[in-house]
Amino acid sequence: MPGPQIILAADVTTNRQHANVAEVEQRLGSLELILGISAVRKTVLIIVLAIIWQVYASYLDNPLLFPTLSDTLTTLYDRFVDGTLPSRIWTTLQVLITGYVAGTLLAAILTILAINTRIGTDFLETMTAMFNPLPAISLLPLALIWFGLGASSLVFVLIHSVLWAVALNTHAGFLGVSRTLRMVGGNYGLTGLSYVTRILVPAAFPSILTGLKIGWAFAWRTLIAAELVFGVSSGQGGLGWFIFENRNLLDIPAVFAGLLTVIIIGLIVENLVFQTIERHTIQKWGMKE
Amino acid sequence: MLQAIQQKMDPTAGLPDVKAASEAKSLLTVDKVTLRYKTPNLLITATEDVSFSVERSDRFVLLGPSGCGKSTLLKAVGGYMAPVSGSIHINGRPVKKPGADRMMVFQEFDQLLPWKTVLENVMFPLVVARKLPRREAEARAKEYIDKVKLTRATDSYPHTLSGGMKQRVAIARGMAMQPDILLMDEPFAALDALTRRQMQDELLQLWEDTRFTVIFVTHSIAEAIKISNRILLLSPHPGRVKAEVIDVDRACQDDGSAVALERDIHNLLFSESGHRE
Repeated sequence: MPGPQIILAADVTTNRQHANVAEVEQRLGSLELILGISAVRKTVLIIVLAIIWQVYASYLDNPLLFPTLSDTLTTLYDRFVDGTLPSRIWTTLQVLITGYVAGTLLAAILTILAINTRIGTDFLETMTAMFNPLPAISLLPLALIWFGLGASSLVFVLIHSVLWAVALNTHAGFLGVSRTLRMVGGNYGLTGLSYVTRILVPAAFPSILTGLKIGWAFAWRTLIAAELVFGVSSGQGGLGWFIFENRNLLDIPAVFAGLLTVIIIGLIVENLVFQTIERHTIQKWGMKE
Repeated sequence: MLQAIQQKMDPTAGLPDVKAASEAKSLLTVDKVTLRYKTPNLLITATEDVSFSVERSDRFVLLGPSGCGKSTLLKAVGGYMAPVSGSIHINGRPVKKPGADRMMVFQEFDQLLPWKTVLENVMFPLVVARKLPRREAEARAKEYIDKVKLTRATDSYPHTLSGGMKQRVAIARGMAMQPDILLMDEPFAALDALTRRQMQDELLQLWEDTRFTVIFVTHSIAEAIKISNRILLLSPHPGRVKAEVIDVDRACQDDGSAVALERDIHNLLFSESGHRE
């Protein structure tokens, strides 16, 4: 009785080159390639919305209620050129960045304590549970009494809005780092701060980045709201004050220009800053598809 | 083949005097170690009174069914958990915490740092734990990456590699550190059967090259016989030493002695478990 046999495939036995290899990889059509870029799709969407705005506002023809896009853009341009908007943006950004950086640093200290000590964990968990649901803006009246009508009140409120969001996400990220990676870190003899910075922070980076994004959005909203509600709080007002002031003057296109500026800055930070960080970190590392 | 199996009828009995004398020079001694760990509502005894010693250049396999505490035992040798009683010594020093003299290779594919390339992954412990200068670390890392045949993937990130390639990187990372012992916790268990066989052959080839010492945990009898020169058989619930198989490398695939040994070990492991459960 014959044993098992191996029968080779035809093109192996004839030793012929694979003639159809070219079909394994084919280029996509150029339209498909362009539509594959999300930035292109989003830009198209924005242009469509802009056209709808322009058409509807022209039809409404009431600049006091709803100015056209072209009016808004003209006002935006004028205010930029005469220097009002840049100085307002600068005032707002200064306060914002101070508060954001301070809040993030505090969050870093709290989470490092929390991951290394049990009392730190309890402290962080209790504080986040208490203060995270508390709207930052509700602390502003108190802050104004404590710190007076100045940037320091705003910074205080900003820290409150950034701190808990960033700390909560970072801590959750640290806790979610797989046991294997923790053991690898221990195997290398890493402890304390070097363990946190070299293993936990990069391993938890997706959560940390989410926390930073949420913190940024909270800070931005809180600051504009604070300026709107309490008006000018230092020598010169920021963007929120610009919107408030022009509403009082019934310069509605300028109000829209102010709002548009807020949106544009938000878009720039989201799309340029955070997405660049994301592309160079978690996307490159395969932590996000 | 049975004469190669030294059955220990009474695990609490002391080791023979002759052996105890030679153990003073052993690379690793595990002496009457009992390990317990807590789950939220249970205290589980993983191993009880386990003793063994590992000599330099041993390929020592811990073999047993699931629940015999072999992985827990390896973690204790790694320094991740302290024994409730008994002691673990490496080079005469007690094991207290994890350290780079005992490099671990895990079963999980996520043991590589995803934010580092293959080269950086292998270099990283050399730089942080061995304190080598970067140039030297890079040269040594490249040498070991070549050894595991990953030269082409040197600058790739782990998420672009296949499971087998990731385990190769982990092995290269462990070996590049030139640890006293390489601890491997079922490193090939998550691989497909074809890749697993290939990896076993490669591991043996690497051992021929450098004669490193390795403790290897597995639940596959065939893998244990293929890889080891000594096997410690453990019984489950709790883990106790059942027997030790020596000179495993004399078993040969061709004359059927490996198959016979595999059957003997299988019978030994499962003979009692029938009335136990």
